[in-house]
Amino acid sequence: MDLHEVQAHMNEWLQEAAVTFQKVPGSAVLIRYVRSSYQNDPVRSAIELVLVIFFIRYLLAPSYSTSKQNYVKLTEDEIDELVEEWTPEPLVALPTVQEEAEMEKLPVIVGPTGPKSKLANGKTVTNLASYNFYNFNANEQIKEKAIQTLRTYGVGPCGPPQFYGTQDVHMKTEADIASYLGTEGCIVYAHSFSTISSVIPSFCKRGDIIVADRGVNYSIRRGLEISRSNVKWYTHNDMEELEQVLRKVVKEQAGKKLTRRFIVTEALFEMTGDMNNLPKLIELKTKYKFRLMLDETWSFGVLGRTGRGLTEAQNVDPSQVDMIVGSLAGPLCAGGGFCAGAKDVVEHQRVSSTAYTFSAALPAMLAVTASESINLLQSNPEILLQCRENIRLMRAQLDPRSDWVVCTSAPENPIMLLVFKPEVVKARRLSVEDQERLLQESVDETLANGVLTTRLKCMPISQHTSLKDGVYTVNPALKVCITSGLSKKDIEKAGVTIRHAITKVMTRKTNNKLGLPAA
Amino acid sequence: MPRKLTNPFATSTMTQPSKAAERRPSQSKGNRLAGFFSSKSKEQQAVQHHQGVSPQMTASPSPLPTISLSAANGGELNTDEMPTTLFEPPSADEARRQERCDSQFGPLLDPSHLYISAHQGKPLEPPVEDEPPYYFVLTTYISYLLLIAFGHARDFFGKRFGDKKHYQSLKVFNGYAPLNDDFDNFYVRRLKLRLDDCFARPTTGVPGRYITLIDRKSDDFNRTFKYTGTYTQTLNVSSYNYLGFAQSEGPCADAVEECARKNGLSYASPRADSGTSELVVEVEREVAQFVGKPAAMVFSMGFVTNAGSFPALVSKGCLIISDELNHASIRIGARLSGAVIRSFSHNNMEDLEKKLREAISQGQPRTHRPWKKILVAVEGLYSMEGTMVDLPGVLALKKKYKFFLYVDEAHSIGALGPRGRGVCDYFGIDPAEIDILMGTLTKSFGANGGYVAAEKHIIDGLKMTNAATLLGESPTPSVLMQILTSLRMITGELVPGQGEERLQRLAFNSRYLRLGLKRLGFITYGHDDSPIISIVLFHPGKMSAFSHEMLKRKISVVVVGYPATPLISSRARFCVSAAHNKQDMDRILAACDEVGYILQLKYSTGIAGGQEPLPEGVTPEMEKEWRKANGLEGVIKPPRWKLEDVVARGAQDAKQQLR
Repeated sequence: MDLHEVQAHMNEWLQEAAVTFQKVPGSAVLIRYVRSSYQNDPVRSAIELVLVIFFIRYLLAPSYSTSKQNYVKLTEDEIDELVEEWTPEPLVALPTVQEEAEMEKLPVIVGPTGPKSKLANGKTVTNLASYNFYNFNANEQIKEKAIQTLRTYGVGPCGPPQFYGTQDVHMKTEADIASYLGTEGCIVYAHSFSTISSVIPSFCKRGDIIVADRGVNYSIRRGLEISRSNVKWYTHNDMEELEQVLRKVVKEQAGKKLTRRFIVTEALFEMTGDMNNLPKLIELKTKYKFRLMLDETWSFGVLGRTGRGLTEAQNVDPSQVDMIVGSLAGPLCAGGGFCAGAKDVVEHQRVSSTAYTFSAALPAMLAVTASESINLLQSNPEILLQCRENIRLMRAQLDPRSDWVVCTSAPENPIMLLVFKPEVVKARRLSVEDQERLLQESVDETLANGVLTTRLKCMPISQHTSLKDGVYTVNPALKVCITSGLSKKDIEKAGVTIRHAITKVMTRKTNNKLGLPAA
Repeated sequence: MPRKLTNPFATSTMTQPSKAAERRPSQSKGNRLAGFFSSKSKEQQAVQHHQGVSPQMTASPSPLPTISLSAANGGELNTDEMPTTLFEPPSADEARRQERCDSQFGPLLDPSHLYISAHQGKPLEPPVEDEPPYYFVLTTYISYLLLIAFGHARDFFGKRFGDKKHYQSLKVFNGYAPLNDDFDNFYVRRLKLRLDDCFARPTTGVPGRYITLIDRKSDDFNRTFKYTGTYTQTLNVSSYNYLGFAQSEGPCADAVEECARKNGLSYASPRADSGTSELVVEVEREVAQFVGKPAAMVFSMGFVTNAGSFPALVSKGCLIISDELNHASIRIGARLSGAVIRSFSHNNMEDLEKKLREAISQGQPRTHRPWKKILVAVEGLYSMEGTMVDLPGVLALKKKYKFFLYVDEAHSIGALGPRGRGVCDYFGIDPAEIDILMGTLTKSFGANGGYVAAEKHIIDGLKMTNAATLLGESPTPSVLMQILTSLRMITGELVPGQGEERLQRLAFNSRYLRLGLKRLGFITYGHDDSPIISIVLFHPGKMSAFSHEMLKRKISVVVVGYPATPLISSRARFCVSAAHNKQDMDRILAACDEVGYILQLKYSTGIAGGQEPLPEGVTPEMEKEWRKANGLEGVIKPPRWKLEDVVARGAQDAKQQLR
């Protein structure tokens, strides 16, 4: 083939290409653009071409990865060798002797739980370890209602609320709680423990600010951890420090984009039993424009004239609190939890709260039980008075009379937490482990005398970096739960048993080597 | 308990000629399903419903009832159309009771409608994923683009000129930041709201074979709903009631009632305080025995079982490798544990191996220290896809890479395997090879809660460190009794034979419906034996249309879209139950067939199955040669079977290898 033939071919081909190119829609625009940009300046066109090539390369480049920066390139054989060598730790460490002993001691209830419960070892004991404060578990009226529900709804709803799991009984329970508390709306969760852990992250996202009490319970801590928000802490129940923290946050954030801000705290604290100051909280939250998330898990059905919780006890309008979280599983003897608040707040959770959307709905029986229990509390507030009388009686037996322990719980709290007096701890140089062991011995000793009590259980505080300065040392405590199902005599007798048991444990030879307190 | 006695004539009644004009259940038992759902008027539908129910009534051992099912406890009473029968029942009461039972658990129509769910030897292949013509993909994207564009435009103008009360929560108000203003919220307001009437439909009564919906309507585009005061009884393919234990009658409900009378309603205490009862100890023992592990513990909620167990198993310095489609509870649990989390592509063993090799050889990020332990988390049966984990594949890797394996059997326990014991049972694998077996008791058992089963020392350790045990509420007596009784029924300890029947009915129904849908031309997701059958809808608009059309035909289905699925593949999900019988499946197929034409849902190209059966005398092994001989090599015809053929051939073909 000659050169000119090649040239002719090329020409022909080029011409064909030009024609095809012109047929492509938009080609005229491109040519016009190139012409106008050329302007007899080839350098300019060259720069533009380079830019286009760079742009295409950039688009096609693999996404930037930070994890690969520290990557060590290994051959397949080396990897095989490393795989061969690697030995993992056991999945779960063998339980320690102490843990094993504790597990063996775990009381097993036979039959129903109640003020007097039968244990698997055949003994019948006074049960001061359950949240059955009003003995609703033995209420025939509630039971009958629940069984009727069973016969119309079966047990499980077999589906999450969003997919045909919402039953009319759930809607009724929600409406009942909302009207009981006096809020716009309410949403019922299937599990009380995970309610607040799920409510917090459904509102608080990365970048939001949460101010929390250092004494909050583990559920809340879980919620804070999942939310990935910026968490600030204040000393347990210290309203002055809270105000300082709030002021600081407002100052720091001034000029920045407004983020959501929350105060998260409890009404009755699970870990210490004391009560919050709600009017003050409301004052502060309104002043500094924070939203308030109040965990009423331990106060709902307990505080106030008819058991509405902290808002009733301290005469605060419930609509002032943005989210009220409570439990239906404790004294109400049903199951599940709830979050009450404005309509927006509730509806938002139906879509974005994980424990609600990704879990099966509450069994219909339990929803009805909750409604019934609330009804009972509302119509017979004297049930609460009877329980409070029993609390007073028990307190009289323990708090002022014992040389060793004090009660940190609020006077209305049926969960009495007894901690060692500071002087005892100091005089005997008791570490947290020592205290836990002594309390466990007291629990065992009490049980041997026919009264079932328990210890405050707590979880290790998370290692999560943003939560580290929220460390709070929980005082080990003996937990005594009062019930209205016991007579005055029974309560006093149980009180004496507990007091004597503690004294006996504390004066035991083996526990005594550090000397007695100056009593 | 509607126990089906063998009735050899049950199938023959199905083939009698149609007499649709007569509208008398006792006379029109023909195979007229195709014509069933064509009309739309309420009255006619109610009549059709009667007809749909009648053959099952004739098949049941008791005399013919006088009241139709929909009239018994459905809302749409149709009293003037009260069907009459040739035989008068002994008492109306008894008939009503029988109907109530049947509406919760349908009678088996033919003893041949059973199948044993078990893996057939060969390595588990991922199900073939069919793809629709590009036209549908493109229009789906355009749909979403339009929705998003409109949404933003509405937001833009709405915030400025719109009704204050609807936009208040989106704006800074009185010094408070908006409560929810991110994309999730945009999605909820602008996309989900449009289909909101398909979600969270309130129900009443037992979510068994039928489910009763409380009718509602909306006058303000789904912002609020008004209850019309009527009820609609629909066929239930939406609940996770795999073994049909959602019942308010029968041995389970009886036992639960007795237990509630005896033990009350709650233990009102965490397990670690005084919430441990003899009953819960017994349930734990039975659950452990059932799944084949030395010990187990039960929780009062399935979600928290996962969310609480991961932190108790792994911590900082450990690695969790999780399937990308794992449930939210696993992800939350993993996040709470403090371990590093990586994911591998769904059920892809090569990718898992790659991730393992990289993880072990590279060690922890930055420090290169070896990982303390690696935990691989998979699900037995994936709830959105209907796929099963490739357990043999994972175990082969486990031997080599020494990781710990956590299998979440939320959907597979009770639903898979010849004895209903989940994926291990299905694949014939010794449960001892898996470290942690987790599952829920909400689904197959009709109760609530979840369990974790493992070696005894692991369970002991978990009991001591699991927050949900130490602080969360313990399961209630009624729930525990429901678990115990249903478990004993599955094992055959109680009412021998029934558990087995339930398991085999579920397996048959699953295969039958899947095969039918494939043959009608739908793209289905998932493995053949899985009781979760999804059909792909693609366009977001079709989600609500499909749900509405099915509701018109009195079938409740779940439709799911983004973010629960990839943006493009919105789907409808059928959860098959042992409480259904073949007739219910046929009803679904007939409805799908019609709706499929109306909404253009028959996308399948045929690569994923639904092919014409092989001619007489040609076995599957000979298929290749036969195709060669007839010049059919590589020819795949899009399956668009006629409904009558699907129904006629289905029962027999569902028991063979599906093609």
